[in-house]
Amino acid sequence: MLFVKPSLLKERGIIGMNRRNVDYIARYNDRKLYPIVDNKLITKEYAKKHNIAVPELINSIQYQFEIKQLEKILTGIDKFVVKPAQGAGGKGILVITDRKGDIFYKPSGKEVTFDDIKRHISNILSGLHSLGGKTDVAMFEKLVDFDPVFEPYSYEGVPDVRMIVFQGYPIMAMLRCSTHESDGKANLHQGAVGVGIDIKTGRSLFAVQDGRMIEKHPDTGSAFSELQVPHWEEILPLSAACYEMTGMGYLGCDIVIDKNLGALILEVNARPGLAIQIANDEGLLKRLKMVEEHAPKSTSPEERVKYSLEHFATD
Amino acid sequence: MSSRSQVYLLAVIFFALGIGLTLYKNQSLGFPLLPGQSEEVWTVESKVTFEATGDPITVSMILPQTGSNMTVLAESFSAPNYGFRVKEENGQRRAIWTQRSAQGPQTIYYKLDVVKNDEPSSLAPPSQQKPSSLTLTAAQESRAKDFLSKIKASSADNLSFSIEMVNQLKTSKESNNRSVNSEFKKKSVSELSLILLEMEGIPSRLVRGVSLEDGRRKQKAVDLIEIYNEGQWIIINPKNGLEGTPDDVFVWQRGGVSLLDLEGGVKSKVRFSTIENDQPAKTVALDKSNIEQSAFIDFSIYSLPTESQSAFKRILLVPIGALVVVLLRIIVGLKTSGTFMPILIALAFIDTTPLTGLAIFLSIVSVGLWIRGYLSRMNLLLVARISAVVIIVIGLMGFMSVISYKLGMTQALTVTFFPMIILAWTIERMSIIWEEDGPKEVMMQGGGSLFVALLAYFAMTNPVIEHITFNFPEMLLVILSITLVIGQYNGYRLTELYRFRDLAKGQKG
Ligand SMILES: Nc1ncnc2c1ncn2[C@@H]1O[C@H](COP(=O)(O)OP(=O)(O)O)[C@@H](O)[C@H]1O
Ligand SMILES: [Mg+2]
Repeated sequence: MLFVKPSLLKERGIIGMNRRNVDYIARYNDRKLYPIVDNKLITKEYAKKHNIAVPELINSIQYQFEIKQLEKILTGIDKFVVKPAQGAGGKGILVITDRKGDIFYKPSGKEVTFDDIKRHISNILSGLHSLGGKTDVAMFEKLVDFDPVFEPYSYEGVPDVRMIVFQGYPIMAMLRCSTHESDGKANLHQGAVGVGIDIKTGRSLFAVQDGRMIEKHPDTGSAFSELQVPHWEEILPLSAACYEMTGMGYLGCDIVIDKNLGALILEVNARPGLAIQIANDEGLLKRLKMVEEHAPKSTSPEERVKYSLEHFATD
Repeated sequence: MSSRSQVYLLAVIFFALGIGLTLYKNQSLGFPLLPGQSEEVWTVESKVTFEATGDPITVSMILPQTGSNMTVLAESFSAPNYGFRVKEENGQRRAIWTQRSAQGPQTIYYKLDVVKNDEPSSLAPPSQQKPSSLTLTAAQESRAKDFLSKIKASSADNLSFSIEMVNQLKTSKESNNRSVNSEFKKKSVSELSLILLEMEGIPSRLVRGVSLEDGRRKQKAVDLIEIYNEGQWIIINPKNGLEGTPDDVFVWQRGGVSLLDLEGGVKSKVRFSTIENDQPAKTVALDKSNIEQSAFIDFSIYSLPTESQSAFKRILLVPIGALVVVLLRIIVGLKTSGTFMPILIALAFIDTTPLTGLAIFLSIVSVGLWIRGYLSRMNLLLVARISAVVIIVIGLMGFMSVISYKLGMTQALTVTFFPMIILAWTIERMSIIWEEDGPKEVMMQGGGSLFVALLAYFAMTNPVIEHITFNFPEMLLVILSITLVIGQYNGYRLTELYRFRDLAKGQKG
């Protein structure tokens, strides 16, 4: 069947864009807090203040004339990520995993020259990839060295965990694995695979690519059913703490797991997507209502995690 | 009050206000809801002729009064060499023409356009009954009393009495038998009726009208009688004894005042000719409200100069386009590139016609995309690159116009109606989407935008919608209220029913 009856979706507690926008984002996310999450540089500052671990910032470029100094900025740096501070949806992110002299390499092995990087940065500064097209800042971030557990599930990129946090309670999670199609970025609409993760155990539930269920990673061929996210007990409190950090009631945080540093907050989204419901094969509504109506108001991320572990396990 | 109920309250208020004002304008001021409606406008020409005797001339004619069954839209007086003024005298308007001296036949014209008004005019009750001015011979009086008592016996009240009397007078006059008519020689049915009604003590008066018949010329005024019964004036037609104002009579004047007074002339005559013509109902409504000086119209778009009015005509269509965009994005869930770009494209389509517009748009954007691909390799700053694209787009537009003109395809000249900044931005956005999300996404968003633009175009050029938005700008309030309500819609989008199609089955079991 091409279309599903709305009553069926309702029964399963699936929320749509309109409901997300009207009943959750507009109601729980104060507009004046948006800059905290929409600008990744500010997010990093706030994370520092709240002792939340993030990937290290190497440098940033704000003006076109600074681009000339790119060679100097990159001396001795072989692995890094360039991204627009106000980008979204994986737009304008350049991941460099290797360097030989003046030639850089993307995860796919594609060569990138200094000139290419400079042009890319110039575009970022002009606001090409940014919300509303305003001028932006290009930031250089240390490349996350991802945990080897993810090796079979990720192609040419770093997987991240997307967690929906409602009023400080982590309510639903999904692992996003990059594919050849998504070019080293773990953003679903660019072709990455979303794997629903059980809040209680950190084990995989279902996998979807481009909105459809799949069993195996399209590039590596590994079955997702064996997947267990490492450091799960660390990820939950980290994401819960994003509530205090941003003050936003409905958010989605992206968490990467570094081989050496453990779980790091990559970014926080004020308008997290809804595909997570497909990967979990469950609607968000029941859990949202649970928190709205029954969860105690708690100021401790640990306490909230305990509540989530109890109530949001998939059985 | 929660924000949601506030929105609904506002929406209901706006909706009611918009619909209310629209209905008021339609019902009371006569603005037609549909385009192309027309109304019968009668042109009545009254022609006064007389022989001047060489003395100073004063011609005085009574003009149509307020409270008539028709509204006068325009009037004109024409009498060369005559001085002219309008005199108001105890509620009656009279036209006065004057001249020192003249000889021979004279003609004066008074022409007016009238249209039916369906408002029943409430008329003042009769003034205190003045002492009877009747001077009757003894024979007349006895014959009349006889007649009246006969009528009285066969009637129930004043109205049925009057109708019965008129009918009797009419038949006896036609059969020419020896009855009350013959006693009152030379008196018409209406004159006789008025005498008899006065004897009977029923308040009554003469009503003078012009019979409306298309193309009819040289007709005399028609006489009707009007009686006051149970707080209401009722017209009775002496020709057929029917009550109520006849449909085809323009009530000119009430009360027995003379139609025409003439000094310095003889053999005066007043003749009427009537022509019917159809005029757009809106023009009539506008003329009408100009005359009635409706403040509501005075502060509307119609008070602007015609030029700004036609600019507004276009602007008032934009909300319709916006509504289409809102519906397609929120209810259907279509993706468009740029929220309101489709409206601008649709506005351009109005000038180019959609087919040519589509062809022009697609060809310019694809050539632009190709050139933009080359520019992207040249390391330009974004602003400079977009400017370069704008310049190239303008060049393309010029080139296209000239070539197609030479080839005899003049439609392509309409290319200038596309705002080139929009074209340049579209090219820029599309090329980025192409690079980042691939051609599929370009097709999705570009196609989505064009689809929405086409729908908006058809909505905006619908003659009924066009007519209503321009003539009833208060419908903006209704559109606003619909938009407010849709802004609260938290149900599924149509596209989500497709997106979440796998969720219905439930993988778990
Ligand atoms: N420092 C990094 N190291 C490795 N990969 C990264 C890094 N930063 C971003 N990425 C990749 O890019 C994707 C998108 O990055 P993110 O910061 O979430 O930006 P966006 O707001 O565009 O989603 C991540 O999911 C990850 O795959
Ligand atoms: Mg992200």
